[in-house]
Order: sequence, then structure tokens, then C-alpha cells
Amino acid sequence: MTPLISARELRVTFDVPQPGALPWSKPRQLHAVGGVSFDLMPGETLGVVGESGSGKSTLARALIGLVPATGRAVWQDGTDLIGLSPRKMLKYRSEIQMVFQDPLASLDPRMTVGQIIAEPLVTHRKGLSRAEVKTRVKDMMDRVGLLPNQINRYPHEFSGGQCQRIGIARALIVEPRLVICDEPVSALDVSIQAQVINLMGDLQRDLGLALIFIAHDLSVVKHISDRVLVMYLGRVMELAEAQALYAEPRHPYTQALLSAVPIPDPGRERAKRMIPLGGELPSPMNPPSGCVFRTRCPRAQAVCASERPALEGGAHLTACHFPGALTPQELAAAG
Amino acid sequence: MIETQKMQSLAARLSQPEVKGRSPWADARRRFRRNRAAMVSLAVLILVGLFAIFGNQIAAWPNDEMDFSVMGQAAQLGAPSWTNGHYFGTDDLGRDLFSRTVQGTQVSLMVGLIGAGIAVIVGTLYGATAGYVGGRTDAVMMRAVDVLMSIPYMFVLILLLVIFGRSMSMLFLGIGLISWLDMSRIVRGQTLSLKHREFIEAARAAGVPAWRIVLRHIVPNLLGVVAVYATLLVPLMILSESFISFLGLGVQEPLTSWGALISEGAGTMNYGTLWQLMFPLFFFCITLFAFFFVGDGLRDALDPKDR
Repeated sequence: MTPLISARELRVTFDVPQPGALPWSKPRQLHAVGGVSFDLMPGETLGVVGESGSGKSTLARALIGLVPATGRAVWQDGTDLIGLSPRKMLKYRSEIQMVFQDPLASLDPRMTVGQIIAEPLVTHRKGLSRAEVKTRVKDMMDRVGLLPNQINRYPHEFSGGQCQRIGIARALIVEPRLVICDEPVSALDVSIQAQVINLMGDLQRDLGLALIFIAHDLSVVKHISDRVLVMYLGRVMELAEAQALYAEPRHPYTQALLSAVPIPDPGRERAKRMIPLGGELPSPMNPPSGCVFRTRCPRAQAVCASERPALEGGAHLTACHFPGALTPQELAAAG
Repeated sequence: MIETQKMQSLAARLSQPEVKGRSPWADARRRFRRNRAAMVSLAVLILVGLFAIFGNQIAAWPNDEMDFSVMGQAAQLGAPSWTNGHYFGTDDLGRDLFSRTVQGTQVSLMVGLIGAGIAVIVGTLYGATAGYVGGRTDAVMMRAVDVLMSIPYMFVLILLLVIFGRSMSMLFLGIGLISWLDMSRIVRGQTLSLKHREFIEAARAAGVPAWRIVLRHIVPNLLGVVAVYATLLVPLMILSESFISFLGLGVQEPLTSWGALISEGAGTMNYGTLWQLMFPLFFFCITLFAFFFVGDGLRDALDPKDR
């Protein structure tokens, strides 16, 4: 089966102007995403996790063409989406839609819900009459659990969860094949999070969508993903089936992330060993040599500073010179 | 069986009467109505507007006819009176001051509204385009504004009027040339902060073309600031026109404006014909005050921080 989208060595680099620099001097470069490769099958869910500043959102924006990127991202029909002219990209914009992090901020406060949801439809299906657009919008509102008679209300009259449903309805109205969810639930209450995630799961099953689900919360990702991609400082650390990754994380960074997930059981929570990560995320303007995680890795050795580890390992890909579970001695040394 | 039930309930939900939403504009309107000073000022402005439109119907004398019975004796015979039809008195040449004030109000309001109108249309589109496109285009467009701003406009306006002759169209051209500069700067700043909001990004991701994003998303979200600034701009336009007319360079006889009337009135103040100054000055002051209060009220009503 051909993958729906196949990213190879995707890179996003931002120019950061130096304060007080002359206009013709070379700007410093910030590597937000540094060579990410993955395949996404139709109907599959890929979870993307990593701490803030690891390039998750930038990766999403690169795929949808909101930030300029280099590398390749090949769609199912063989077209490379990177560097496509806006006119040619328009066709694929209706295939790839996005759900944003802040439910209220992603909706225009001066437009009614009906206008907001209809916007992609009006842009991509130009032949539709007003009545048809309205019917489709109402159908979609019903589908995501909103009352269709509220079509004339404004975003500020809805709760956060309802606003996120509006965002989802807007993404799904043009029947896309891939929906990129950029931390769709991190701004919501826990009880609403579950509702929205279940809604996403149901819609995915009904419509055969592929999802790229970005989150910094590993337990949320575990619930919905088929495979999980762990990012750190713009690079892939580990990419594996969700079950395998959660049961047997190989990369020290993944292990540290997993150990930080709280367990809703005080006894087990207390017995759990946290793996503390010292220091801060290094600056992406000046990433460490070799393995980018080595500055905070409890297992770092000389080779980690000199050579960049390749992403390898068949179905369970890891970018580490010394993969495997941390031993009790290493844990003791780390914390 | 279950399916039909489901479909029926779906049909029922789809056919429910639509609930009307409460738009941000409606909210602002409600807040504005609660602001007493602004509402009174709005009423004053409406009255001044009605005076400008229908004043000529009330006037007993046309504005260009001299009353020879009072000519030359304005101080003694030209005082405001109901009996001879000069409600506001006459000027030194025996012209009816009431109809002159009506005419001056028309001209001054027109200058203010047209100046502000040019500022709103040109300034908003220019600023929103510069801010949204960004980069080099933005730099070039805003440097052009800086250059125009650095020219002392009153000086240029006076030169224009002296060289090309005093006419209404030249006055509008001069005021229109400078009025949009501030507006475009304000709008650009607002656009820059709007540009990175998620709903603009959502529209871009959906493939909405740039001009539609500017017109459908950026401009409606800017209108609050623009409306406030425009109401404060109208009195500024009236002021600069009055200043030029006061210098004797503005509108030409037989046309007149508040500034010209005040100038005439100030010139004859010493001869005891104070009404020639006071009536135009009264309209001038209440209109400016009313515009400023309405602007204040609009700002309070549209300010998102107030919510």
C-alpha cells in the first residue's frame, strides 16, 4: 500500500535577524525541524510528542505549507508538496486540513459559526449554491455534536469544547484525507479532552481519515495513536507502534518522558521512578554536535558528541547509539 | 427501525428554528447606548446634521442676498431678531448670518467627513496590505508614509492653495493627501498583531486567497480601531480646514465655512457685533466636543480589554 504522505528529510529553518545588525549581514539560522522522515498510511493515526520547542507544531505547519520547508513530502499521487506553487497547492489544501490548539483564537470573532465552518467549502467547492453550503454546514455541525440551529451564533457564545468542535467541523467539511491536529485538547478541561478525543476517533473511523496528532501529553497520544513519533529539538528520537513504544521505550529521552506521566493511583505513583532530565532544552540556534539529546542524556558518551546516531531498527526505529532500558545504576546516577 | 428513528430525529434537529447570535457589534452597540455622554453627543451631532440639511428651509433670507436696510449699520440694526428674519443677526455686509452659518456648517462637516472618509478607505487598505504582506513590500510602503509625514503639511497645503488657487477641490485634495497617513500606520500595527492569530493561520491553511483574508478577516477585526480613530479624525479635519480658512486661504466667497465665519466675526468683534463671532463659534465648539465624546464612547464600547 502506498503511504498517504511520505516525508523525507523534512527541514524547516528560520532566519533570525540579529538585533542591531546591518541589513545585508547574514542572519543567524534557527533549525526548527532538522531532517524528519516518516510514512503515514491512509486511515492511520500518527502521534507526535515532545516537549515545548521540539518542533512538533512547525512540522505540522511545514506539511500544510504554512512555513517554507525543504526536503520532500510526497502525497499518495506522487506529488511533492514541498515548494508547490500556491495555485497547485490549493488542490491538496482540501485534502489536508488542520485543527488548531487554541479553540477560541482559531475562530474569527466577527464571523458566525456557519460562516466559519463554510469558509473552506466556499474556497474549495466553488460551484455550490448557498442553500447547499448551508445544508452541508448543518449536517457537519450535527455530526460533531453541535446543535445545527446555532448556525448564526458567534464563537464567543460557545464553550472551549464546543469551539474545538467548530474547529473540527471546519476541518472536516471539505472531506479531507488527512487532518493534522496541533495539540487540539491541551487547552481544554480533562473531561472535555476525553469527549473531543473520542469524537476525533469516531469521525476517523467513519470517514477513513488519517490523523497526525500532536500533543505533549503522552497519555492522550497513547489513547488515539497507531504509531508514535518522539521529537526532540527538531529531530526524531524514536518512531514505533504505540504499544511497543509505551511497553518498551528504547530511547533514553522517551523513557524520561514516559516516566513523567502521572499515574492516577497514589500507591503506584509513589513507587514509580522518575527519570529527572537536568538542564534546559538547548537552543535550536546552536544545537549540540552529534546526538542533540546528549547534553541531558544520563547515558551520553564520547561517541554521542562526535557522531549523529542514525534512525534505525526496522519497525521500532530509534536514533540512539546505546538504545535500551536504563539500568538501575544509571537511574541512580541520574537522580 | 432504529435507523428511521435516527433519521427522523436528525431531520427534526436540522429543521429547528435558527437561534440568532449576539455579534460583537451588537455587544458594542449595547455598551455604547449605556454611555450617556456619548448618546447626548450623538444627539447633538444629529441635530447639527439636521441644521445643515434643513436649515435653508427655515432661513428667512438666502445666504447671498444683502439686506440693504442694515448694511453699514450692522452694529445698530443687524443684531439677532425675530422680526426682520435675521435669527442670528447679519454680518457687516448685511448678509443673513443664520443662512451663512447653515452654509458654513455644510461646508465644514463635508470637509471633515470627506477627509475622514478618505483616511478610512485609503489608510485602512494601505495599512492592512502593508501589514499583511510584510517583508520588503511593507518596508517600502511604510517608508513612503514616513517621507510624506516628514513634509510639514500645513506649509504644503498653503503653497498648494496659493499656487493652484483657492478652491474646494484643492482643499479636499490637500486634506485627503495627508489624512490617511496616521490611519495607515495605526492599521498596519493592528494588522501585524492580527496576522499571527490562529484564525488567520486557519484561513491560510484552508487556502483562502490573501486578498480575501485581508477583506474578510483582517479588516472586520480592525474596524473597531478604525471607527474610533475616524470619529476623532473628523474634528481634526474640521480644525485644519478652519485654520486655513481663518488664515483666509480656505473656501472662497460666496462659499463659507466655520473657520471663515469665525475669522470674520473675530475681525469685527471690536465694533460690538459679538453675535457674528458667537454663533459660528457655538456650532464649531459643540460639534467638536460631540465628536470627541462620541469617539470616546466608541472606544469604550469597542475596546476588547473592557470585556
